[in-house]
Amino acid sequence: MSILRYAIYRFGTMLLTLLVVSAMVFIIINLPPGDYLSNQIAELQATGQSAGVAKAEFLRKEYALDRPLWEQYMIWVGFMPGPHGFSGLIQGNFGWSFEFDRPVRDIVGDSLWLTVLVNIAAIVFVYAVSLPLGVIAAARSRTWVDYTSAFVGYLGLATPNFLLALILYYYGRKYLNIPIGGLMDPVFEGQPLTWDKFKSVMVHLIVPTIVIGTAGASAMMQRLRANMLDELGKPYVETAVAKGMAPSRMLAKYPLRVAFNPFVADIGNLLPSMVSGSVLVSVVMGLQTIGPTLLTALKTQDQFLSGFILMFVALLTLIGTMISDVLLVLLDPRIRYEGREA
Amino acid sequence: MTKLPDGRFVDDAPYDPQASIQMLERQDLDAPNWVLIWRKFKQHKLGLVSAIFLLFSYLMLPFAGFIAPYTPNDRQSEHLYAPPQGIKLWHEGEFIGPFVYPTTAEADLITFQWKFVPDETRPLPLKFFCEGGEYKLAGLIPSNRHLFCAPEGATLFLWGSDRLGRDVFSRILYGAQLSLTVGLIGISVSFFLGIGFGSIAGYFGGKIDWVINRLIEILRSLPELPLWLALSAAVPSNWGPVSVFFIISIILGILDWPGLARSVRAKFLSLREEEYVRAAEMMGASSGRVIRKHLLPNFMSHLIASATLSIPAMILGETALSFLGLGLRAPAVSWGVMLNDAQNLANIEIYPWTAIPMLPIVVVVLAFNFMGDGLRDSLDPYTA
Repeated sequence: MSILRYAIYRFGTMLLTLLVVSAMVFIIINLPPGDYLSNQIAELQATGQSAGVAKAEFLRKEYALDRPLWEQYMIWVGFMPGPHGFSGLIQGNFGWSFEFDRPVRDIVGDSLWLTVLVNIAAIVFVYAVSLPLGVIAAARSRTWVDYTSAFVGYLGLATPNFLLALILYYYGRKYLNIPIGGLMDPVFEGQPLTWDKFKSVMVHLIVPTIVIGTAGASAMMQRLRANMLDELGKPYVETAVAKGMAPSRMLAKYPLRVAFNPFVADIGNLLPSMVSGSVLVSVVMGLQTIGPTLLTALKTQDQFLSGFILMFVALLTLIGTMISDVLLVLLDPRIRYEGREA
Repeated sequence: MTKLPDGRFVDDAPYDPQASIQMLERQDLDAPNWVLIWRKFKQHKLGLVSAIFLLFSYLMLPFAGFIAPYTPNDRQSEHLYAPPQGIKLWHEGEFIGPFVYPTTAEADLITFQWKFVPDETRPLPLKFFCEGGEYKLAGLIPSNRHLFCAPEGATLFLWGSDRLGRDVFSRILYGAQLSLTVGLIGISVSFFLGIGFGSIAGYFGGKIDWVINRLIEILRSLPELPLWLALSAAVPSNWGPVSVFFIISIILGILDWPGLARSVRAKFLSLREEEYVRAAEMMGASSGRVIRKHLLPNFMSHLIASATLSIPAMILGETALSFLGLGLRAPAVSWGVMLNDAQNLANIEIYPWTAIPMLPIVVVVLAFNFMGDGLRDSLDPYTA
């Protein structure tokens, strides 16, 4: 099986997974008793506003909320014609947000890209930090470098994300004049991309990236260190040292390549927790990602909005995992195409 | 006693020159597993200290009410946002035992804050085994004895007081009751599901295995927090704090089992082929019995070690949910609920002590990590 066929196969399984996930998401968002519209209708009737009731009733019909649950699901995904023919997630119609009274697409809009941006920045941070630190910690094991990085790593694992965010903001503002909150200067919001806007986004990204990436980076660093230590004890390393190779060249040329595998494979395990982290951190730090929107949507039972965001977050992780799987096969031909045992 | 031809006397008992050495090793080999694990675990100093600390913390939980000077919702309306008070021993160069100075609140008309001025002429000694607010020891026995409490006319805020004038120290002790047990309940749920699904998949194989395996893969590839949020948003808001607490811990457990199930399944796949399993099956043992009596004990200790490593994730999860207002809610006291007060920077800047609950969180999570590492390292007592 060639790499292309493997990629196609992997894409196929991803689509199947996505299907199951959509069912799960639908069940979860329908778990709370009642829904936004029936709550609203009850409220309007209690206050005697019949005009609003008519509108809500109309919306109920319009979005097929009066049908049985399984039909609602099929219509939502786009397997079954709704009141206006096929128009579900597959056809690119993300639904209507009752809370904001606008299409979901308009509400999420830009924040989708910002979410992707924040997560990519965090992944880059994880690799940029854990690769050198892990290698140095292994090469200089049981020295102060090793102990310091282990200590910082453990602290990074143990501190809740949102606390780290508050602390970094506080000291970043005090000593480095790093802006607090948001992903860009309010001036640039809704503006087309310019160099100034780009700079502003980059400066605002510093703290969120560190906050989201720290736990992942420390886990990854420990993994890499352990793998490197295993490799460093092997005879080929001794041979390389004996023939007089410079230590840094030797490290990069032999043991690092072997220890590198899990480094790529792990991103699949890491990604879900990082995406979760970014949702939480966005709420605390007021980033314009979909995190805060998800929280309000869940609290007000705005089902199409929260359903779409959950699906998007799941899609993001699934794509990331798929890319890491394909990369892994490219990197190491020994890995069987049928799947990997982690 | 036999006399040899050359005139020496030799004992008839069989003699093995290696015996004295072997006896030591024999003892090692015959010792029960836990003795060996314990012996090795003792060498892992950090793990040992963490284990003792955690044991101590959990043993403290039933007595939180006794140790805390105040009850969790005891309001001192004269002392809102009071800073931490130190317990002093020496008054004007004279030793008079632990005491505090009474403080009075004065309004600072420039910053519009309360300032708490200690009256340094009047040392008031602490009371021990005194009567204070009503609480229930271990949740059962009503009592009003406290280990120590504030003297008449003074307050005792070791770690300051919060927005409503409640003692942060006492609330941390009470908060530990929920925050620390959330992990235990969650991990039991996850253990139950993980072992159940994992052993079924690994033992029976075939179609069941395929289905469970796909389920595990799907759940593992999903971000946990948004699902936690969604599930806890489904908890009706009119439920009492206790039922919310149980539901939250079950939610945390429901999404944690796939990792455990995966490792259980992998172990089962390899152990299923062992001969003692076939022997047990031939003697007519049911699958349930083979799983429980012959297979599970093999790696129970490994499972416990990996469970220890996933408790901290649950503690952090509870904290995050409560912090966002979707987990435990106000009359309940947990560390996450307390941190809700420290949600904005202004609070941390002006009243840094409202962020103190993060200390126990960090310490407990670290302790669980170290203990888990120590356990994992010491589980294979036969390898050097």
